[in-house]
Amino acid sequence: MKLALVELRRRPGRFATATVILTLIAILLMFLGSLLDGLIASSTGAIRAQDADAIVYSDTAQASFVRSRIEPDVRAAVEAVDGVTQVGGIGNVQLGARIPGNGPRDLAGVALFGYEIAPSDVPAPPPDGQAWADEVLKADGVEEGMTIELGPARSPIEIVGFVSDTSFNGQGSLWASPETWREVLSANRPDAQLGPDVWQGLVVRGDGDDLPARIDAATDGATETFTVSGAIDAIPGVSEQSATFNQIIGVTIAIALVVIGLFFALLTVERTSLYGVLKALGAKSATIFSGLVVQAIAVTAIASLVAGALVVVLDLLIPPGSIPLLVTPTRLVTSTLLLVIAAVLGCAFSLRRVLRIDPASAIGTTS
Amino acid sequence: MNTTATTAPVDTALRMSDVRKVYTMGDGSEVVALDHATLTLGSDEIVALVGPSGSGKTTLCSIAGGILSATEGRIVVGGEDISDHDAKELTKFRQSMVGFVFQSVNLVPFLNARENLLVVDELGKRTGAPARARADQLLEELGLADRAKNLPSQLSGGQRQRVAIGRALMNDPALVLFDEPTSALDTKLGEQVMELIQTEMKSRGTAAIVVTHDERITHFCDRSVHIIDGRLEA
Repeated sequence: MKLALVELRRRPGRFATATVILTLIAILLMFLGSLLDGLIASSTGAIRAQDADAIVYSDTAQASFVRSRIEPDVRAAVEAVDGVTQVGGIGNVQLGARIPGNGPRDLAGVALFGYEIAPSDVPAPPPDGQAWADEVLKADGVEEGMTIELGPARSPIEIVGFVSDTSFNGQGSLWASPETWREVLSANRPDAQLGPDVWQGLVVRGDGDDLPARIDAATDGATETFTVSGAIDAIPGVSEQSATFNQIIGVTIAIALVVIGLFFALLTVERTSLYGVLKALGAKSATIFSGLVVQAIAVTAIASLVAGALVVVLDLLIPPGSIPLLVTPTRLVTSTLLLVIAAVLGCAFSLRRVLRIDPASAIGTTS
Repeated sequence: MNTTATTAPVDTALRMSDVRKVYTMGDGSEVVALDHATLTLGSDEIVALVGPSGSGKTTLCSIAGGILSATEGRIVVGGEDISDHDAKELTKFRQSMVGFVFQSVNLVPFLNARENLLVVDELGKRTGAPARARADQLLEELGLADRAKNLPSQLSGGQRQRVAIGRALMNDPALVLFDEPTSALDTKLGEQVMELIQTEMKSRGTAAIVVTHDERITHFCDRSVHIIDGRLEA
């Protein structure tokens, strides 16, 4: 192991090619992962922010607010379920917003929520005609105290402050009173307007792991109820996005494994004579192989470190709101660990070759 | 049929008795690389093993050094019978009982002279400070104290050869095996290296086999043993 580290230190050029290739792969891996995290975060923030134990949609809504309708009798049935302590209505409409100072066609996509129970870190509903805005809308020029206009009806909404990490379907959210939401919905989506006391969804607080099942049973199947994490996964497009990106990430890791495997296999072939000498001097195959693994891990760690730093710099350079990139320590560490595992597995390609190196090769062909 | 080349020293570094090595080829035929070889070395005896290419001298050397297992026969090195050792036991045996000086020297290219000596300890018992002290002492004795920090690429051919000898002596072996130690050197340097081998082995009371096909250097050895077609001739 000491030998392997000394070689790395004294002959860095020998490992430069592999390190550069692995750095590029690590950048790709971390960038893709951060992009996935950013996309998921910008799609699910409004649901993640819910301080609730269950989210209720109508049974045919497929976890979509737009398709969901909760009638007053259904809400009453939910409120009557054992263990339910609080029920609040929630509704959403997605519109283009005109921002003062921006061009007339330069619309910002927003998701306006009307809510009864405040999500985490979102204050109680402001007075009618006002809304809390997600801070991602700052990138579109939204400022506190500004009045923006929503939809074709140009419904005015005054921004009273900012909240964070509540984006929905890739759009910055606005959090308003139920009345403001109903008014904007009616004015801009007349086909989707709801009757009084009809909601798109319910946010429920209560006890018991089986709360969603009990709610659906109490409404006689008129609802489809999720835990918050279940509701996040059920948001249309989220699981598909995750699956697609995870497949790309998987392929990238497989490429890393092959690159490391080939590199160290070539290195092993090149070092056959040296390894033969070391074996003749009493080195065990395990000692030689562990040296290879140590070198692979070190090269991968260095590549990941450089890649991580570059991805962080990239995140700082990208204008806010232009790409949904979310760089987190968890993603960087996870990507590094995956690459290290790939490195160890890649080295396994060389194990058989190391085992087969004959110490007799050190003293020439057996004659 | 036995082929023998023996002396009868009381204290022996190597005793090979009736050793055969047979290789089975891909087509099932057998090639006898060593044929009933018997060889005994005294504890500080230097033997030149002389023979043409393909005669079996490297095979004999490999078996004596625990690198190859014999097909038949007994091999005792420094009092340890290695005839039935498995690969693991042979690895352990090589760490402590024998030293090698390879034909192309084969120093670890990214380690300096001192580290090339210490690699023996690194792969074996890992004694630490005593090994460092021994490496320094050997380098001093081999006239390489001022070259301890030099990489092999910064050393001359003769200096590299001396480092290789130092490495072979690091584990205080009972037997040192020299594989064509002068083949890559000119006559003058070759003679200097053989003088050095003679001096170092005799001063330490260590036995050595010098594999060579160069008759001109055999006078540095106590005796010569010839090998032809796997058979030893005194």
